[in-house]
Amino acid sequence: MPSVQVTTAARVVRPAGLVGRVLENHHALGVMMVTPALLILAIFLAYPFGLGVWLSFTNATIGQAGRFVGLGNFRYLLGDSVFRVVVLNTTLYAAAAVVCKLVLGFLLALLVNREFRGKRIVRAIMLLPWIVPTSLSALVFYWIYDPTFSIITWALRRIGLLHGFINYLGDPNLARASLIAANIWRGIPFFAIGLLAGLQTVSPTLYEAAAIDGAGPWQKFWFVTWPVLLPLTVVVTVFSTIMTVGDFQLIWIITHGGPANATHLFGTLAYQRAIQGGFIGEGAAISAFVLPVLVGAVMVSFHYLRRE
Amino acid sequence: MQPQDRERPAGGLTRRRFLQAGVAGATGLALSGVGGWLKQALAQLPPGSYNPQLQLSFPVEPGASLRILRWSQFVSTDQPTYERMAQDFTRRTGVPVRLEYEAWPDVQPKAAAAANVGAGPDIVLGFFDEPHLWPDKLVPVTDLADYLGRKYGGWFPVAPQYGHSAQMGEWIAVPIGAPGSCLNYRMSWVKEAGFDPDPAKFPKTTDEFLRLCRSLKSRGHPTGFALGKAVGDANSWCHWLLWTFGAHAVGPDNTTITLNAPETVNALEYGRQLFETMIPGVAGWLDPNNNRAFLAGEVALTNNGISIYFAAKNDFPEVAADMNHAVYPQGPAGRPTELHSFSQAYIFKYTRYPNAAKEFLRFMMEDPQYPRWINAMLGYVSHPLRAFTNLAVWRSDPKAVPFRDAVARMLPHSYQGTPGPKSARALSEFVIVDMVADALTGRRSVRDAILAAEARLKRIYEG
Repeated sequence: MPSVQVTTAARVVRPAGLVGRVLENHHALGVMMVTPALLILAIFLAYPFGLGVWLSFTNATIGQAGRFVGLGNFRYLLGDSVFRVVVLNTTLYAAAAVVCKLVLGFLLALLVNREFRGKRIVRAIMLLPWIVPTSLSALVFYWIYDPTFSIITWALRRIGLLHGFINYLGDPNLARASLIAANIWRGIPFFAIGLLAGLQTVSPTLYEAAAIDGAGPWQKFWFVTWPVLLPLTVVVTVFSTIMTVGDFQLIWIITHGGPANATHLFGTLAYQRAIQGGFIGEGAAISAFVLPVLVGAVMVSFHYLRRE
Repeated sequence: MQPQDRERPAGGLTRRRFLQAGVAGATGLALSGVGGWLKQALAQLPPGSYNPQLQLSFPVEPGASLRILRWSQFVSTDQPTYERMAQDFTRRTGVPVRLEYEAWPDVQPKAAAAANVGAGPDIVLGFFDEPHLWPDKLVPVTDLADYLGRKYGGWFPVAPQYGHSAQMGEWIAVPIGAPGSCLNYRMSWVKEAGFDPDPAKFPKTTDEFLRLCRSLKSRGHPTGFALGKAVGDANSWCHWLLWTFGAHAVGPDNTTITLNAPETVNALEYGRQLFETMIPGVAGWLDPNNNRAFLAGEVALTNNGISIYFAAKNDFPEVAADMNHAVYPQGPAGRPTELHSFSQAYIFKYTRYPNAAKEFLRFMMEDPQYPRWINAMLGYVSHPLRAFTNLAVWRSDPKAVPFRDAVARMLPHSYQGTPGPKSARALSEFVIVDMVADALTGRRSVRDAILAAEARLKRIYEG
């Protein structure tokens, strides 16, 4: 049986060395291929992240490694009136800003999804607030909200609607509202572009079918557009929530967290306490507080991505 | 003779080993404690006297090079002058110097990272508590500080409070000086309000000052003092307000919180009256707001460094001609109680060239280098050594004179305690500014504002 002999000979000619055997093994090869990526993740993501979590359980200060204090930092923060304001602020800031950005972004996406002259240019312009470096736009808002030189105040006085001045950043609630408005302005394009991309994937045949069934514009939106866009909307909203909760630049440039801590978010308070004040452990604990919220948000978005 | 801005032949200063010449020579340097040294020095020398015969130099390590992190300039003439001086140093010692700049509030985060990692700049020029946040990581500079004090007529009282570490029993930093803060006012409007616009006749007491502010306000010229998170402006005037009524945040033991006292109530009640004379919106003011409001003629009186004046000289000559500076008035405390952003230089222990670093700081703090630099900064920085009182810059423009003695008039921000991690934290969290802002704007009653700040300070100092 010659064929059998050939096969045997071939096996004899290629003895499987250790390297060869490993390379032949799908599991081992897979691990080898993934290792570099895992290393990068471990060094640049897992290690700093783990270190941050570890620091939140210590009383480390700048220059001193500190020692393990268990939940001491977290207990301290829960009793800290400034921190409680920050929790409230962050919730308000994220909720108000994300809802407004979603609604306005959706409307804008629907608007620019229509056919009209110069639609490419309009779409490009729409992205501007998102493209301009936040530190620059924040500086512009800083002057827009200047108590004396605000252009809004100037305009209102000019047309006679206002006689005094508006204390945009001096009054806690007005300061919060001003910052939320700035955040909305910056964040709308993110929703608009994301949702516009989604809108363009909705097959026209669905709208045609709906039209044949006698659907009006509202029904087309509610029964065709909305169900198709829902998973994308959820994902975009979750991402935006994460970015809004983690906002730093707008707050830091416009108010530094003032007046009297009324506009601090987690990020700014953590920076002030850990880097400026030197209490790294406590700063890390402030950052760690957002973790469960953000993990929850990521789980939601994963859930929807899988359904996609 | 006083060191001034004249040039001196270059060769004589460096490369000499400590010649203890002159009357004041031998004993003082042997003293270990700075307190002992101060008493000794003050007993021996008339304050302010210059002793050019004293010489010191540190033997530079072979192959040394230096990396220096400092605050970026407030005036465009600062960095070029500093760089030229550094080049002079390189020419004389052969030590290459690399200079890095950061905006002044960002120096601390960079230095903190260096302290934590154990690598980075050899020398840092920073502010306030920085050296006391990592005292054990710094090269002691007692010998250099003693020498400079003895040679240049002694340090002003605040300098050892910032430069010396009780924990280490050594000087851990070399005081550089402080960008001073003064009252900036429009002379014509002060005159209109019935007061003499001459800075020498400016209100000296808090009562008279309040009368001036009210009179200005009634004539449509409000005052404006920052109450937002203005690191420089709000901190300087709010601490002055507290201290000048005899109040303070913490006792000399660095532990007892002394804020909840009748003096604090008086300070805040006074502040409330002052607040009625202010332009709307100060509660949100950061450091730049008052500059712009003053230059635009929206406020007649504010507190600031000399920067408004220089901006005015360049772009608003009519404002520059009509403005002047005065020192803060005094309340019941009956003495100057000012706060200025105090800067000092410190050397990290991880440096491989501690002697080169000390030699660099010595060189930069000496005549004629230091006077040249201070003159170039046009009055932005006030000197910490008594002998430098007579520099050309303080004689060139009478409107700069109130800034001259800023360091002499100031208290450390940690008053009555000493600088350290806790006072750094209290300052970085704006505890005092927030208290003043809460009380003045009426967000909280005076009592509640004090109680809230007291609770915060207790956590910081006792927690």
